[in-house]
Amino acid sequence: MKTDTLWSRLLGFIYILFTLGLIRGLIGMAVGIGIGFAFVAGLRSAQGLEPDPDLAVFIGGLLGAVLFLLFAGVFSDWLKLAGGRDVPLRHGPPEHRPAWTRYFSVDYNHKVIGIQYTVTAIIVLLFGGLLAIIFRLELVYPGMQFLNPQQYNTLFSAHGIIMIVSILLGVGGMINYLVPLMIGAKDMAYPRLNAFSYWVAVPAAVLLFIGLVVGGWDTGWVGYPTLSTRSALIGVQFFLLGFYIVGFSSIAGSINMVVTTFTMRAPGMGLFRMPIFVWGALAASLIQMTATQTVGVALLLVLVQRAFGLNFFSPPDGDPLLYQHLFWFYSHPVVYVFVLPGLGIISELLPVFARKPLFGYRWIALSSIAIALVGFLVWAHHMFVSGMDDSLRVPFMMATLLVAVPTGVKFFSWVGTIWQGKLIFPTPMLFVLGAISVFLIGGLTGPILATVPTDMHLHDSYWIVGHFHATMFGGFVFPFFAALYYWFPKATGRMYNESLGKLHFYLMTPAFWVMSLGQMRIGLLGMRRRIADYDPSLGIEQTQLLITIAGLIIGWSVLIMVYNLVASLRSGKVAVRNPWGSRSPEWQIPSPVPEMNYDQPPVVVGDPYDYGLADSTYVQVAPATPGD
Amino acid sequence: MKNNGRHLAIVAVLVVIGSVVTYYLLTAIYKLPTAASQQAGPIDTMFNAHFLAISVLFALIVVFILYSIVVFRRQPGDEEDGAHFHGNAALEIIWTIIPLVTVIGFGIWAAFVLRVVTAEEPNELAIKVTGRQWSWIFSYPDYEDVGLTTELVLPVDRQIRLEMESDDVLHSFWVPEFRVKQDLLPGQMTVLRITPNLVGEYKVRCAEICGLDHANMLSNIRVVSQAEFEQWLADQSVSIGNLSLVERGEKWATDFGCIACHSIDGTGMAGPTWQGIFGSEESLEGGGSVTVDEDYLRRSILEPGAQIVAGYQNIMPATFEQQFADKEAELAQTGVDVDILAELIEYISFVGQ
Repeated sequence: MKTDTLWSRLLGFIYILFTLGLIRGLIGMAVGIGIGFAFVAGLRSAQGLEPDPDLAVFIGGLLGAVLFLLFAGVFSDWLKLAGGRDVPLRHGPPEHRPAWTRYFSVDYNHKVIGIQYTVTAIIVLLFGGLLAIIFRLELVYPGMQFLNPQQYNTLFSAHGIIMIVSILLGVGGMINYLVPLMIGAKDMAYPRLNAFSYWVAVPAAVLLFIGLVVGGWDTGWVGYPTLSTRSALIGVQFFLLGFYIVGFSSIAGSINMVVTTFTMRAPGMGLFRMPIFVWGALAASLIQMTATQTVGVALLLVLVQRAFGLNFFSPPDGDPLLYQHLFWFYSHPVVYVFVLPGLGIISELLPVFARKPLFGYRWIALSSIAIALVGFLVWAHHMFVSGMDDSLRVPFMMATLLVAVPTGVKFFSWVGTIWQGKLIFPTPMLFVLGAISVFLIGGLTGPILATVPTDMHLHDSYWIVGHFHATMFGGFVFPFFAALYYWFPKATGRMYNESLGKLHFYLMTPAFWVMSLGQMRIGLLGMRRRIADYDPSLGIEQTQLLITIAGLIIGWSVLIMVYNLVASLRSGKVAVRNPWGSRSPEWQIPSPVPEMNYDQPPVVVGDPYDYGLADSTYVQVAPATPGD
Repeated sequence: MKNNGRHLAIVAVLVVIGSVVTYYLLTAIYKLPTAASQQAGPIDTMFNAHFLAISVLFALIVVFILYSIVVFRRQPGDEEDGAHFHGNAALEIIWTIIPLVTVIGFGIWAAFVLRVVTAEEPNELAIKVTGRQWSWIFSYPDYEDVGLTTELVLPVDRQIRLEMESDDVLHSFWVPEFRVKQDLLPGQMTVLRITPNLVGEYKVRCAEICGLDHANMLSNIRVVSQAEFEQWLADQSVSIGNLSLVERGEKWATDFGCIACHSIDGTGMAGPTWQGIFGSEESLEGGGSVTVDEDYLRRSILEPGAQIVAGYQNIMPATFEQQFADKEAELAQTGVDVDILAELIEYISFVGQ
């Protein structure tokens, strides 16, 4: 009798597993790849031709991604609508199944999607970080220790693109969870498209992972031809296809975000009364919406050059530099997609913890837009030594230097915000201050790369690695962690553990300073980026060791955060409605947030950051119905 | 705002001290490699100016923030909010204009420096640079007797015009001591000008990811006096006709880049070492084995993918038949008859005994 119950429970659990969108999607993907491979193999042998792995991966991967989405249920509503059936938008926890299953299936609530994005981002971040730690250990000593060059090249290439996917997912998580709450909306404008944006990134990540295990690739995350078109490694094709498919997520998600912001704001919320994070998210979305297509074209051209032999990039008929222009037209602006929401988090949290108005709201808001616009005119600074026409160097240098101006406005305004405040330092504030310190390092080491003569030395050196990691950690990772701690009580109804949060901060911040400053030091001395081994005569061994130790500390500190958040889900103190004393609308409703956010649209009656102004309010929120 | 003037005065003093300390630390930790070219001079001046600007800006922001953290922290028991002000348009304009003028100034200066470091000087020496996975090959078009070399020998204090092209994928020519860098493209020539001004030995390091053995795509560079350079040219110009077959084979192994992937001393590289290879029994990728004899060597050079030794990848170019034919035709015009393939096999079997 007892075993019967155990068995039936086990069977019940297995049944539930197979109802999950994620599991169904993965099955669909396997079927799709199988069909695609079989189709290509059959076609080739019918023609009497050799098997063509590149073609098989291209067709099979695309079919796999489509069947993933179909099996996961992303298209279900759309297909029914196309068939003429009236399908109401489903809201609320799933029926007849445990509540947790909604996080593994297609769900249309923006908060569920936001959490799906965020948790996926953290998992992908841990994986990408692990890859970095493996190859950093290899670099402790000169000479090859435990990796061969092939493995090393795959690890750094995968680290790059996996971290970029992680950041895109993290940005998507913050935007999806926060923007509707902040503007007083019940959801995003297009909930089904929102689910598509998240789920399409999953098969893309799976393709990257397959590329990693079937032999890897050695092109870096940039995938420059003619290396990417000539490389015999089949992982290249998986990498290009995965990267290409992630683009759909960016484009669909950003359209949704822009429409939501412009059409669903609460009554009284003019553009200059939005919480400042929304400005950063808006600027980022404008970039994603308009630039992603060009990298899509670039990747697609390489994919079809490999799969069908169409030549775009190989001389004498093709041009390898064409790819670089297309690639960087997206891939430079996209770094602002990574950092603008993060900088928005900094601007959002500083007033709360300084108990003071945000200094120069309009200037900060417009500086985000300025960075986004100027960001479109600087891509060729990645190509100063590429062999492009020499006359392009100076104009692109000038445009690049201009980015420093709106970025400076942000720093000065942050200083103005904390000046004469009453600062308090819970974990999110510490991460905001850490973010400013790290982004300062990243920002100040940028202009030296913009001026062509100094760039001729620094280009493709480890200086870039240090500079880039400082901008990404300062502009995304630190603010993202600040946001995780800050909104954790709002999302879960529990507080995180403050001591562990501070431990995380005090380990990670100095370790990061050592890491990026060390990377720049050895770059200046002649360490190239993307090399499996280095020349001991450069005199950089001690610094290499320091960088690796710092990387390990960062890794461990992030694990402390993951433990903290997971453990606090069950055992954290129950959170009050507004633990930070914020004026933003999401803090005026219960924690965790009810299914439909606001019973009545909140009414905006004041400015968002009037901390210290007696009897002022930002929003009036109707009390929530009990039991909602 | 209480005591704002006093706070600002203290911060101003601290910013000055902070700038000096930061500049001192920055220049102590961040060293450039030895400067060995004329182009390095103005570039290093520019580096120094950047370091100075970084120091001042870093101190400015950090001092303001640290001061605020220490002085403006909320005291225990204090429940009040901070001072209430929203911004200051004059300040915003100032901290937009000053950085704008500064970066434009840097930009104009950098444009002039760029013109200087790329300027053409009279009497430049042209050298052809070929990058290929994963080796560098140099030739001196002005000195036809000097064949291809894998070592770059440069006369000091004379401008060098490197005419560069890649055989396969992108590469990048970087000698940190010379400061300047330029990518190599397949199918298109790029030019880099360098005026070495310090006698010594350096290395060119490929700076653009180029596949498997990118990290080891290095070649030696020797900057020598004019007299030594001329002596070296003369040494290089020994007629091929006077060399033994094995000596010729050694030259081909260098010129065609074989030794970038095949060692003769047992060192593990991208391809099998030639040490002890001749007559040995090698197991093959995909099963089976083969005795390494002349036939096998010939086949492996002309059709590298046909029988791959187990544990290695099919990465060797299959273009050597054509390359050999071109070279033989070129030498035939100068009256020298060679059989590159046979001489190369002669050499491999000599070092592979």
